[in-house]
Amino acid sequence: MRLIDYANPTRFLGLSAALLPWLAAVTAITFAVGLYMVFFVAPADYQQGETVKIMYIHVPFAWLSMFCYMTMAASAFGTLVWRHPLADVSAKCAAPIGAAFTFLALATGSLWGKPMWGTWWVWDARLTSVLVLFIMYLGLIALQETIEDPARAAKASAILTLVGVVNIPIIKFSVDWWNTLHQPSSVFRMGGSTIATSMLVPLLVMAVAFTLLFLVFHLMAMRNEILRRRIRAMRMIEAAGAE
Amino acid sequence: MFGNHAGFIFAAYGIAILVIVVLFVWIVVDGRSQRRQLADLESRGVRRRSERSVDGGTA
Repeated sequence: MRLIDYANPTRFLGLSAALLPWLAAVTAITFAVGLYMVFFVAPADYQQGETVKIMYIHVPFAWLSMFCYMTMAASAFGTLVWRHPLADVSAKCAAPIGAAFTFLALATGSLWGKPMWGTWWVWDARLTSVLVLFIMYLGLIALQETIEDPARAAKASAILTLVGVVNIPIIKFSVDWWNTLHQPSSVFRMGGSTIATSMLVPLLVMAVAFTLLFLVFHLMAMRNEILRRRIRAMRMIEAAGAE
Repeated sequence: MFGNHAGFIFAAYGIAILVIVVLFVWIVVDGRSQRRQLADLESRGVRRRSERSVDGGTA
């Protein structure tokens, strides 16, 4: 069986039902290991002190805010090029999860910024571009909910999603292109990570845990959306039969 | 244990847990609602076109 065959909604429902319990269990174990390392193994930072613990959730949220959007963009490409219904389901279901993670990146960053920078918020390029990403998520959710016909909603939101991809490199490189209060990249950068291994390992474990959480939520939401579309189709059949 | 900024650390983890729990509950409640509606339609004999073709045309 080819990989594309699993993109059939009925096969997807079967496969995801079998996969979800295992994925949820691995997610829970990864979180347990990650949180143990954060609170009982990772040392305090020599400058930030214990406040560095916020970074173990802030950084994964920031990564996932972009990862969710790129998932939506790949799905939007699938919607426009192959018009595959599952691609649109994927894009639609990733939006609220991406919005939640982006909100948490902004909120936890603000809670770190107040004690470390002395301010909750600055209009620097990194913070502003992430705020723009959050607003884009809300706009896409609103667009999907506004257009009643799923096919038209899918096409419109796919186009807007692909246009919005331009913001992702701006977020990533904003700290290099402009003078920002936000520190430059310290994990994925030319020349390797600048973070001590004792802090890098818990950070990466937490990043894996949150990525797995995203996959669990995304699969669950996609299953709901497939059922929602089936219900819509069945109601239309019922209404047509009643006429 | 958490230094002078314990309040900020607890607030960050607290808001993260709150948002994730709300997201999870929303997805679970939505799933239950969809399955209930689907079961209701099926109990009334409504079938999708693909299911009807599998059943040999019976609705």
